[in-house]
Amino acid sequence: MSLGLFIEQVFNGLQLGMILFLMAVGVTLTFGVMNLINLAHGSMLMIGAFLIAFATSSVPSFGLAVLLAMCMVFVLSWTIERVLVKHLYTKPHLDQVLASFGLSIVLNDGVIMIWGREPLYVNLPAWLEGPVQLTSTFSYPLYRLSITGVAILAGLALWFLLTQTRLGMQIRAGAEKREMIGALGVNINFLFTVVFAISAMLAALGGVMLGPMISVQSGMGDPLLILSLAVVVIGGIGSLKGALYAALLVGLVDTLGRMVWPSLLGPLVGNIVSNAAIYILMAMVIAIRPSGLFGRQLQ
Amino acid sequence: MSASQVIKKSDSNASRLAITFSVLLLLALLVPLLDQAYYTKLVSRVCVFAIAAVSLDLIVGFSGRVSLGHAAFFGIGVYSAGILAQLGITQLGWVMPIAFMAAGLVGCFIGSISLRTQGLYFIFITLAFSQMIFFIAQGLRMYGGDDGFRLPAPTVWVEGFDLSQPKVLAYTMLMVLMAVAYVAHRLMTSNFGQVIIASRDNSRKVNSLGLQPYPYQLTLFTISAAMCALGGVGFANLNEYVSPASISWVQSGEFLFMVILGSAGTLLGPILGAAAFVLLEQILSAWTEYWMFYLGIILMLRVLFLKTGLLGLIAQERT
Repeated sequence: MSLGLFIEQVFNGLQLGMILFLMAVGVTLTFGVMNLINLAHGSMLMIGAFLIAFATSSVPSFGLAVLLAMCMVFVLSWTIERVLVKHLYTKPHLDQVLASFGLSIVLNDGVIMIWGREPLYVNLPAWLEGPVQLTSTFSYPLYRLSITGVAILAGLALWFLLTQTRLGMQIRAGAEKREMIGALGVNINFLFTVVFAISAMLAALGGVMLGPMISVQSGMGDPLLILSLAVVVIGGIGSLKGALYAALLVGLVDTLGRMVWPSLLGPLVGNIVSNAAIYILMAMVIAIRPSGLFGRQLQ
Repeated sequence: MSASQVIKKSDSNASRLAITFSVLLLLALLVPLLDQAYYTKLVSRVCVFAIAAVSLDLIVGFSGRVSLGHAAFFGIGVYSAGILAQLGITQLGWVMPIAFMAAGLVGCFIGSISLRTQGLYFIFITLAFSQMIFFIAQGLRMYGGDDGFRLPAPTVWVEGFDLSQPKVLAYTMLMVLMAVAYVAHRLMTSNFGQVIIASRDNSRKVNSLGLQPYPYQLTLFTISAAMCALGGVGFANLNEYVSPASISWVQSGEFLFMVILGSAGTLLGPILGAAAFVLLEQILSAWTEYWMFYLGIILMLRVLFLKTGLLGLIAQERT
């Protein structure tokens, strides 16, 4: 294995890790703040990808299209929270699982009703195409690099929001003790809606960025949702730091594993192991530390 | 409400449950006699899903943990039937026990790790393990990989009497369902079941009585997994096809839907739920190609508005 290939795979792994981070943040925030399990989170990523496909075909500028798509996701997620999700916060986990599973199949079939079963493709603008020469021998696609960049920016923006603003302070307080912050006079309904919308938009941002790279089709977010659930479990539910480290770990293990395992174990077993590696990793973490790497110890 | 009224109420509930059960059983027994392959296959479909739903109910309803991965065990049943048939083993007397044992072993392994956790973690972990089984099935290139493969030969009772005949399949799956429901009922009314239910309601109290719930729960999980695979064997014969789709997380979600649609923790509820699910699926898919969309809406309405499931509509405890 050449060094160039290895570096390229590390870049790919970090990029997958950052997309997973955008997903996992939503999962862990909605759980931490609202005590909500949202299985429709993968569908929000899919919606992001469909909306960027729609937006690029209706407005000429790519940047404008991204803005348009994100605005639509914001409106959609706000509506979903007000109509359905807000009724789920006090329900048991089983109800949340079922209702959000229902929402996810509604969204997955909804995009088929609107855009049909054929996958959509998003054209990249010229200024994002082509490779970047990183060293004299190693080049990497500009678009993939910019995905990682945007994801890092989104992560920084989130960090700023959570640690440097009043709203962020309330969100963190809500994650610590929900009842207390309500008692202190914070409008908790508004706060929950905001957290849901932020989570949905981060997932959709992942979808917007993946749109030009993979074919856009119904259900495309579900495998990523399940991977991000694994990320959240490995990192510790409710822990943002855990989500970041676990997402990068999972991204690297997954991407590098796909290269390493088949050469070690042969194509058949190697293929299976590389697909299952994340879940084996998760099982090991759970067996050793049931509350995840950065989670609080379970009582 | 006075004591006598309470007794009367629960009497009338019990008789309503008995009537529901008899009607369902009678329908399952009589419909195949019409000799209409379509309706006979519907009965098989209901029974196959009901087997999975009853198994899942042991975990969800009685043990109080939400497993979002039972399609894995169902899928092990499907693949056992398929792979054994490819190897030339089609006798029911081999296929069913092997599927049962295989899913039991895998269930024991998955349970031993998952049951260390609770609540949300348990949901995610069962989902992740089923995803692992899904990828293993998808990676089996000699067995069709992502596309799956045609079931090469149906499972046979004896020569000339096999599960490709709709009636044989329907009655076989009905028998298996009855056996599974009977085992589940006996388990849950035994001392073993009392420990399970008690540790669902108050595990600390069970601990202080000197009982460790973990071995009980692991045994239950193993049995549930093993029984679920029996439904999978029927499913492979019903579709005459083996595919990783039967292990997908959507399938797990549908099983959970059946349990909840009926009513969790009741055994009869999941059977009713499976029947209602198959009916919904048939009616909606005849009406529109986007039937999953409407199924999702029904699912959300069920959670928001119906407190106790279909069984609760039939036998309601009013206080």
